[in-house]
Amino acid sequence: MYKIIKYVLHDIFRNRILLAYVVLLSLSSFGLFMMNEDVSKGISSLLTVLLIVVPMVSILFTTIYFFNSYEFIELLVAQPLKRSNILLGVYSGVGLSLLAAFWVGIGLPIIIFDGTVVGWYFLLSGSLLTMIFVSLAFLASVLTRDKTRGIGISMLLWFYFTLIFDGILLMVLFAFSDYPLEKLTIFLSCLNPVDLARIMILLKMDISALMGYTGAVFNQFFGSSLGIVISISVMLIWVAVPIAIALRIFERKNL
Amino acid sequence: MIQIEGLQKRYGKIQALRGIDLTFNLGQVVALVGPNASGKTTLIKCLLGMVIPDGGKIIFDGNDIKGDVLYKRRIGYMPQIGRYPDNMRMGYLFGMMKDLGKTRVKELFDEELIVAFKLEEMFGKPMRALSGGTRQKVSAALSFLFDPEVIILDEPTAGLDPLASEILKQKIQKEKDAGKLILVTSHIMSELEEIADSIAYIVEGEAIFYKSIAEIKSESGEERLGRALFHLLHNLKCTR
Repeated sequence: MYKIIKYVLHDIFRNRILLAYVVLLSLSSFGLFMMNEDVSKGISSLLTVLLIVVPMVSILFTTIYFFNSYEFIELLVAQPLKRSNILLGVYSGVGLSLLAAFWVGIGLPIIIFDGTVVGWYFLLSGSLLTMIFVSLAFLASVLTRDKTRGIGISMLLWFYFTLIFDGILLMVLFAFSDYPLEKLTIFLSCLNPVDLARIMILLKMDISALMGYTGAVFNQFFGSSLGIVISISVMLIWVAVPIAIALRIFERKNL
Repeated sequence: MIQIEGLQKRYGKIQALRGIDLTFNLGQVVALVGPNASGKTTLIKCLLGMVIPDGGKIIFDGNDIKGDVLYKRRIGYMPQIGRYPDNMRMGYLFGMMKDLGKTRVKELFDEELIVAFKLEEMFGKPMRALSGGTRQKVSAALSFLFDPEVIILDEPTAGLDPLASEILKQKIQKEKDAGKLILVTSHIMSELEEIADSIAYIVEGEAIFYKSIAEIKSESGEERLGRALFHLLHNLKCTR
């Protein structure tokens, strides 16, 4: 498996799209930090990049990369290698490179300009989000043989988690606003890793105005530290479950 | 060496394999022959664990291959269409395959075909820049690289130039004499006549006969393999 990771890394590090991603991230983070006098304002502006751009690039890049290396995967399957090792090898390779891109593009500026606890939480939730969307991308990719369809599924997932889900959540909250909804809200926000990432950072930043309803409920219910522990654990589940399902499907897939 | 028992595979509505029984032994060169889409490639992919069969089993050297991957150390495979990572250079590809299969060879890698096809001159080229024929040469060289006991060649000479296919045929003969089992699919009868000793004829996912070439010829009374097969199939159709 380590050899597979090595070859995937070798392949990805020469990839221009990944380079463009790093440049985009560093431009936006350096730009936002330099424009805002207040560092925490810079971070809250960067939050938008984190919650929208990072998931999108992670899921799309991974899906496209998976289908582009389909030949490589086929070649490996004919070799005496376990399918689970092959998929996990490619997964780790892609995940590591996207994490590296994230840490260079956003991590470095945050450590330079901010360096506070909030910054570290920002980086932690960004890393988790990256891995979650890489996992989801693998799930989308093994579901179909067709590249266009795979990318379609990935786009839908991204759309769902960044936009549609919040719309549904808002509708539910609005429709049942006469009832006590705290517990339901907590449960519902666990169903969306992007929400969890947002709540986690805002709990640390303590800007209640930006927290929104779900964040406020989290804060009230768990207090900030327990809330953070819970959101981190749920996010880890979000990393593990999609890739586990993808592995099960891939084991039985006809290539 | 390889026993296939009642192998079945269905893709959605299409029944690709309907219970195939075949046995292959070391020292044989078996040709899998049949119309397009008759299930030859599916059969090969089942042998390699790339396609998981729905029913039946494959015994490789006494062990069921289900859930096993180590048996593949003893198989070399040349796919019908060799597809490789686009950006990878040829030399790097060979280096990577050797690295991944380090423990598969006892002494030396079998690089005879790399030398005979003069692939080293093109080691610096990325795989996407290669012609179809050159890619076939790479596939062929890779399938023999680990000096495996079983070699599976899916339409090996399609797209190869006459010189290269002659080199490949000689290599097949040489490996056969060394006591290896070679499975080959092809549509070119004259070529199979040269290299193969038996023919398994597959139609719509069934092996309708499996005989040595000498038998086929004497039964039909024809000298040329193509005509002999035609006769045999015609007779089979009449008796059915």
